[in-house]
Amino acid sequence: MKKLALLSAALISTLIISCGGETKTQEETIQSPIATGQESNAPVYDPKRGEGKFDESNVKIGPLNEAMAAKGVAIAGTKCTSCHKLTDEKLVGPGWKGVTTRKTPHWIMNFITNPDPMIDKDPEVQAQLELCLVRMPNQSLADEDARQILEFMRKNDSSK
Amino acid sequence: MKISKNSILATFALASLLLACKPKNTSNAVSGDAAAKAYVAPGKYDEFYNFVSGGFSGQMSVYGLPSGRLFRYIPVFSVDPEKGWGYNEETKPMLNTSHGFVPWDDLHHIELSQTKGEQNGKWAFANANNTPRLARIDLKTFRTAEIIELPNSGGNHSSPFGTENSEYIVAGTRFSVPGDNDNGDVPINSYKQNFKGHISFVSVAPETGEMKIAFQLRTPGVNFDLARAGKGKSHGWFFFSCYNTEQASTLLEVNASQRDKDFIMAVNWKKAEEYIKAGKGKKTPVKYAHNVYNESTQSATSKIEKEVLVLDIAEFKDICYFIPCPKSPHGCDVDPTGEYIVGSGKLAALIPVFSYDKIQKAIANKTYEGDYEGIPVIKYEAALYGEVKKPGLGPLHTEFDANGNAYTSFFVSSEIVKWNIKDLKVLDRAPTYYSVGHLCIPGGNTVKPWGKYLIAYNKITKDRYLPTGPELTQSAQIFDISGDKMQMILDFPTIGEPHYAQAAPAELIRNNGQLKIYKIAENKHPYKTNGEGEARVVREGKKVHVYMTSIRSHFAPDNIEGIKMGDEVYFHVTNLEQDWDVPHGFAIKGANNAELLIMPGETCTLKWTPDRTGIFPMYCTDFCSALHQEMQGYVRVSPAGSNVPLSFSLNKPVAENK
Ligand code: HEC
Ligand SMILES: [Cu+2]
Repeated sequence: MKKLALLSAALISTLIISCGGETKTQEETIQSPIATGQESNAPVYDPKRGEGKFDESNVKIGPLNEAMAAKGVAIAGTKCTSCHKLTDEKLVGPGWKGVTTRKTPHWIMNFITNPDPMIDKDPEVQAQLELCLVRMPNQSLADEDARQILEFMRKNDSSK
Repeated sequence: MKISKNSILATFALASLLLACKPKNTSNAVSGDAAAKAYVAPGKYDEFYNFVSGGFSGQMSVYGLPSGRLFRYIPVFSVDPEKGWGYNEETKPMLNTSHGFVPWDDLHHIELSQTKGEQNGKWAFANANNTPRLARIDLKTFRTAEIIELPNSGGNHSSPFGTENSEYIVAGTRFSVPGDNDNGDVPINSYKQNFKGHISFVSVAPETGEMKIAFQLRTPGVNFDLARAGKGKSHGWFFFSCYNTEQASTLLEVNASQRDKDFIMAVNWKKAEEYIKAGKGKKTPVKYAHNVYNESTQSATSKIEKEVLVLDIAEFKDICYFIPCPKSPHGCDVDPTGEYIVGSGKLAALIPVFSYDKIQKAIANKTYEGDYEGIPVIKYEAALYGEVKKPGLGPLHTEFDANGNAYTSFFVSSEIVKWNIKDLKVLDRAPTYYSVGHLCIPGGNTVKPWGKYLIAYNKITKDRYLPTGPELTQSAQIFDISGDKMQMILDFPTIGEPHYAQAAPAELIRNNGQLKIYKIAENKHPYKTNGEGEARVVREGKKVHVYMTSIRSHFAPDNIEGIKMGDEVYFHVTNLEQDWDVPHGFAIKGANNAELLIMPGETCTLKWTPDRTGIFPMYCTDFCSALHQEMQGYVRVSPAGSNVPLSFSLNKPVAENK
């Protein structure tokens, strides 16, 4: 009897919670690591730009900067090339050859600094994920690191 | 379910039988909205972190309040194969002592670091009760950062209580013993002549937290139990509970319970500091280990220290004073204002509350009833503010809320009693299941208690959960104390046997600069591999160093040949990931060792001595990606004289069979 009363009390209280609590958002929202990306009512995603803080206005490219590219190759050696080859051959992720012609500079900058949401939204990345079955990791690149790696990718694409 | 005075008396007479029977039964004392109060919805965060001693597990566990969910347990004094603690080369030195490598201890109490009497979220301190040590856990990484051994000590129980700005964390010996530099080869029954107490004052560097034994107080041989620093007006003083003032060395159960009153020892530590500054400390040769984990090299070092400064309190008349306290005091707790010191005689049926102002007056006027081994004993009444009468049986420990109330745990009568500090009236009592030891209120030992919840850490579990054979989990209970009456809202099981615990607001800990990854660029481990391009195998005589990397989902190298019988192989595995929560593991068949569990950006080393020739698989133990099951490799071991060359590779095309 007592147990029953307890149970129903617990039930009632969960009901109360589920009615009242829904609209409140938690200040610290938790990113789901395995979001489905199925919903079609997401805010407009621009596949040319990607998602993140970079666009045409803040990623400027000019003639190849060798010093920057040299810094980029060092960072990539630690953080990237265990999964990416410099050729067009796939390792864990796709080969980097030609990536700067396939993608805009700011798309690359966005993707490598902010991969998680883009993996969930970008149709081409989704297709790659189906092949690779590994999610491109967030390697905690500083903006500067990302720019230097981009320069290195440009260099890689300009050489034969 | 109220306990009448008669039933208290009756239970007193039956005190020894009480443990055998259940004090109360399971199903009462929970009211309807309890579930809602302890409920934290999936994906939501708790309000408080609860840092809980793991008792004889030697570890510290971290729970959420009010949900009682276990987040993590942090290896401190005991090895932990799951995390490689004490097994990998980096952390082995952390468990070094003057006795050599000690793989286990008994962790009793937790102290969170403070600034101006308030929690600052930087460190948690913990004591080892068996081989006397003190540990500092860094709350940015939730890892043990430092362990210092305590010389002249028999069991570090009266610890790790700290002063208002964590200037000192104290470590008082539970078992008095002959000093390390005295001749210890003496008859045990010469306790009175030869056994001494020592209390270490361990200083904590404000920025780095680095610990150092600033000085020790040498005291008459008694057992030190618990302690608390003064705060506010009583900052500069420390209070220690002592029992076995009978100085028994056998059947303490009876022989240390003879005297009507034992003591609380009041220590003027500012005075002791002055004597040390004036060069009065006696340099005493001892041996103790000081182990520090360096976050930059990601490795620990252990240094044996050779000397400690000792002040014999019999020689300095104005450092220590004894205050009589009924019947083997355990808790000795100072209220948020710093004026009231609550003694809890674990065999007493009342709670004495002492007044800091009265103690000062008694010392000024020398209102003493005599001395104990040359130390003045203040008259009980001269120090006493008042007594809480008939509160329950076996008071153990007291914490405070912000509204002038005290909460005392009662082991024998298995309850928590809430009482008012000013008028000493009992306000409420709540049963616990069963036989509560310490209790914890968030901030309940500080000048700024957060209140809201009280957790009882019980000593006996019996029928609280589904039975699991003779050995049961330990049981804790959470009470909502925001109203006038305490309300039990949740039971939760705990690891080891929790003694004391502390709790701090989630925000305070989350905003302390917590780490999510180790930045690979800041990793200064001498055997770090900075990317796959540097992965290699290097032979140095019989030692073989494997510089290995891991990333989702392969090791580099993953094929190694040319290892020979008699070699010592060191796998230095660097995890190249830089994202939160992507550890990799490493294990190899037959290792007389544990696994490595390597956090992003970290390097860990497993030592492996092959015991036979053949092919040895190695693999990643932490499910890291959909291709985790492919994260593996092979090591070939050949006979000692073999001419198989040392080689290593990853993804090398298969050679033609010769
Ligand atoms: C754990 C393996 C791994 C690491 C390390 C890694 N990546 Fe990737 N990367 C991938 C995978 C897999 C993809 C394909 C998308 C997916 O599956 O998420 C990818 C995709 C990419 C793409 C898009 C390529 C294209 O052709 O569209 C770029 C650009 C890229 N990565 C850059 C980097 C950079 C820069 C780093 C280092 C900071 C890096 N990656 C580190 C696995 C990795
Ligand atoms: Cu792995």
